[in-house]
Amino acid sequence: MAVASPAQSTPAPKRYSLEGGLPPVAGKVLFVALAVFAVLLPLLLDPISSLLSDCIIALAFVIMALGLNVVVGFAGLLDLGYVAFFAIGAYAVGWFASGFFVDANVYVGVSGFVLNLPGIHTNFLIVLLAAMILCAIGGILIGLPTLRLRGDYIAIVTLAFGEIIRVFAVNGDQIALPFGDANLTAGRQGITPVDQIQLPFLPQFTQLDLRPWYWLVLALVFVTLFVVIRLRDSRLGRAWIAIREDEVAAASMGVPLVKTKLYAYAVGAAIGGVSGAFQASYLNTVNADQFAFSFSIFVLAMIILGGLGSVWGVVFGAVLLSFINSYLIPDVLRTVPKSLGLEFELTDLGFGIFGFLLLIVMVLRPEGLLPEKRRQIELTEGVGTGESTFEVRA
Amino acid sequence: MTSSTAADPPAGGDTASRAALMTVQGVSKVFGGLTAVSDVSFTIPSRSIVSVIGPNGAGKTTFFNMLTGLYKPTVGRITFLGKDVTGTRPDLITKMGVARTFQNIRLFGTMSALENVLVGQHARMKAGIVGSILRTPGVRKEEERIRVVGREILDFVGMPASSFDQLAINLSYGDQRRVEIARALASEPKLLLLDEPTAGMNPNESDRLTQLMRRLRDERDLTILLIEHDMKVVMGVSERVTVLDHGTKIAEGDPATVRSDPAVVEAYLGKQG
Repeated sequence: MAVASPAQSTPAPKRYSLEGGLPPVAGKVLFVALAVFAVLLPLLLDPISSLLSDCIIALAFVIMALGLNVVVGFAGLLDLGYVAFFAIGAYAVGWFASGFFVDANVYVGVSGFVLNLPGIHTNFLIVLLAAMILCAIGGILIGLPTLRLRGDYIAIVTLAFGEIIRVFAVNGDQIALPFGDANLTAGRQGITPVDQIQLPFLPQFTQLDLRPWYWLVLALVFVTLFVVIRLRDSRLGRAWIAIREDEVAAASMGVPLVKTKLYAYAVGAAIGGVSGAFQASYLNTVNADQFAFSFSIFVLAMIILGGLGSVWGVVFGAVLLSFINSYLIPDVLRTVPKSLGLEFELTDLGFGIFGFLLLIVMVLRPEGLLPEKRRQIELTEGVGTGESTFEVRA
Repeated sequence: MTSSTAADPPAGGDTASRAALMTVQGVSKVFGGLTAVSDVSFTIPSRSIVSVIGPNGAGKTTFFNMLTGLYKPTVGRITFLGKDVTGTRPDLITKMGVARTFQNIRLFGTMSALENVLVGQHARMKAGIVGSILRTPGVRKEEERIRVVGREILDFVGMPASSFDQLAINLSYGDQRRVEIARALASEPKLLLLDEPTAGMNPNESDRLTQLMRRLRDERDLTILLIEHDMKVVMGVSERVTVLDHGTKIAEGDPATVRSDPAVVEAYLGKQG
């Protein structure tokens, strides 16, 4: 209990501000220009080019990164098991939009030749909804044991959760479901093919024309952006910042910690599920090998590189890393080792290259490439690192 | 006067005749082998200003933390407005109408003064997740309302309008104290707990704060529980003073009585030969 006045001990105050960056009008113009460019881009590319495919994957990663950013960036809960929601979202497609459950003949909102196939075939929009609900439940399940933990300890628990889901996916072909002659997953063999997406008023999606896939995932990106920005600027968004900076003060101001954190987990997970369901449909397979721990790290690297908490930074980071991974390393720089007289595949070094990039960014610009101002100030001022153990009961 | 007289009416004053807003019965807190607060009983009458004083390490802040739900009492019972709130979660206690400030200011540093006060209104808001995404007319209206209310409260505690949008870490020490009180007031409390609000303030600022406390009681019908080291503030503003030493209550009563109590003098100055 200090009696002395702490006023004298604080250093001369520095002036911080959340202002800066682009003026609002310029920001809007830039956004509209980029959005128009993104919408028109497929018209400039060959409809089955690998570059267009890389764009689709990049946009799917943007959704993933935006979802993880809600948990890690907004609420400050380090999540190393985000791949779990990719998996759950993908299995929503595997279970409800493929021939996986051969005994069932369920058709909801689909038409055309899938009506002749066995299995459960559900319209993609319903599958998306199912993926979001399943993932939100998964997010709450992962959130519950972490509520009494903080920082690194949350990371360990979430990492384990991601691994549990992966192991279930791998061994799910040995787990018989209580109904019918079916298993939980198809393990490493994968559920393939899955239904091609059918949407109202649009022709069936095929692998021969990638443009509808591109426009769909772009639309999903826009919806996700809308949702996360609205939430960031809401009562819930303020509560997330409050618990990130000081849980004790937040709780004492009437912010329910459990509910607020579980909302972050559930929203982040649901967004991850959307991306997972899309990717499963696009890649036409749900395979347990897709759900490796390195996927979680990859998405985390995107948001740290781009700028934790910054929506636009996260979009940028996701596009950048995704393109380095799927375009720059395998296509552009593939011949570099050979031209140096070295015998190895550059793709094998992928994670080494990401690690190196991340290291450079962390040294030169620890707040990320397009930082969020609050996070930047927290980093320089050490806000939110204070002692805050107390006996809040869950 | 020892803790065994806890249930007796306080000496002097009409405070005892008023309804008790909060009642504390035989509360103790033990950390491992250390008893921080031992068998303290205590009532806070409605619309009063009461103080808890005591030397450093007397258990004042621990006592506060139990009243606001941050700590669960090892034994004892706390009731607020007739309801048992022993071990109730801090956010629920806040929602019931108890707000607090902290000894070492705990503002949300990267939020502006106004945003801090908006967080203070969390418990009084309704916006849900779907409404926030769709930004329904109700949510929009609520956001406008809390900004109006937030500015009013900041104005009430004496913040200049030019500082409303200033980040909390940029504010002067005195202004941070003021914003913290504003943030607590934003939760529309019936009972306001101030943990050493004048620490680090000059006499002039302390005087203004004392006036603010009186205004809060008289204009806003608030009850205030104060932990304070500045005896001038305590004696000037409190209707009743409770003295803690080594976790136990050693005296209670009106300021004049407490000041002359030999046990209190001994606790502060040591035994007189």
